[in-house]
Amino acid sequence: MKYLDEYRDERVARALAAEIGQRTTQPWVLMEICGGQTHTIMRYGIDELLPPEVELVHGPGCPVCVTPLETIDKAIELAARPDVILVSYGDMLRVPGSRSDLFRAKAQGADVRITYSPMEAVTIARSRSDRKVVFLAIGFETTAPANAMAAWQAKREGLTNFSLLVSHVLVPPAIRALMASANNRVQGFIAPGHVCTVMGCSDYESLVRDFRVPIVVGGFEPVDLLQSVLMLVKQLEAREAKLENQYVRSVSYQGNLPAQKIMTDVFEIADQKWRGLGVIPKSGLRLCEEYASYDANRLFELEELSVDEPAECISAQVLQGLKKPTDCPAFGLRCTPENPLGAPMVSSEGACAAYYHYRRHSVAG
Amino acid sequence: MCLAIPGQIIEIQEIEGLRSARVRFGGIVRQVCLDFVPEAGRGDYVMVHVGFAISRVDSLEAERTYNLLQEMGRIEEEFAPAGSEVP
Repeated sequence: MKYLDEYRDERVARALAAEIGQRTTQPWVLMEICGGQTHTIMRYGIDELLPPEVELVHGPGCPVCVTPLETIDKAIELAARPDVILVSYGDMLRVPGSRSDLFRAKAQGADVRITYSPMEAVTIARSRSDRKVVFLAIGFETTAPANAMAAWQAKREGLTNFSLLVSHVLVPPAIRALMASANNRVQGFIAPGHVCTVMGCSDYESLVRDFRVPIVVGGFEPVDLLQSVLMLVKQLEAREAKLENQYVRSVSYQGNLPAQKIMTDVFEIADQKWRGLGVIPKSGLRLCEEYASYDANRLFELEELSVDEPAECISAQVLQGLKKPTDCPAFGLRCTPENPLGAPMVSSEGACAAYYHYRRHSVAG
Repeated sequence: MCLAIPGQIIEIQEIEGLRSARVRFGGIVRQVCLDFVPEAGRGDYVMVHVGFAISRVDSLEAERTYNLLQEMGRIEEEFAPAGSEVP
């Protein structure tokens, strides 16, 4: 496919890897933020093409992984109501809540439906006026405009049986929290190309300035990632800290303005709890007052819960890049995609799932 | 979740009051909302995420980057260790 195949060219990838090798004179720790990038790295063995000095650690950019346990518990509670149809992105179904998951709730008779697009949830609400349709609206900035559009469309049509259970997270505050942490090892970031496609680059410029850390906005194919690593290594070796854009075919400096507009029309910035990371100030989105009647939390008067992760799961450290999935004693043994202890083993963007699927589990101890 | 795939617009339509299109991804055609990319037209490539086009692929930039990368690959071949060329 055009714009995919050429960025998977092995010859170009090897040339980039060779140049990274030539340029690297000392150890560097780089983080790719997005779980989609983590999967490309594992799938194509990009980490193995790099010189041993360049270490890639995996970031928190997996929306399914950072959706709080409490939100999943609420979704399960809603799904169990006979008057509710719960609509979710497919990735969420196997994510463990504190006691169950949506897949099991569905098996027990709950009406849980998988959607590819949030607009399908609106379509269901339109055709089933006898039921309350709740859309589990999770995601980063890439997904927020689409979820916002679903709320906007429902309001425009005057649908009264549609609501959203929102758990939206924002990347720049998470990078800020990682950089400010005493445990931080990261010296350069590959910023998430599709988040920046929507939001543009200006927020990342202030991160570069405040922490003197190089950031390269990167794409998702092997050649994109290798080129991003090369751009970071060049900066680090030259003791520079700049914002650069590798993913120019999709990302502009100002981002997608119509998408940003619908986001700000429907959502407002709020403090947000991240699974594994805790509450990060101003790192999430909630429905703004004008859309209050579409907020499932208010509509169903859901109680605020607080529950804990299984003690054995180290996903908190994995999501901060402090540990690799294979550092976990449960990895591949008591924690597998079929029987996950934590969210990163389930999601198609989770680091643990990436290690598991792309044959890195032989090293589990 | 943040996956977005490039596809080519083959037909523009209006559905439920929103600007929409049929977009081809390899052998698959899907309905995609074009509301966020008013500049995109028939024949353009768009990056699509959960049924929404989030950008029009900048074909000039893509070509420029790709040519640079190709050039790198070629240079690498020319400077490959001589021994590797000998059968």
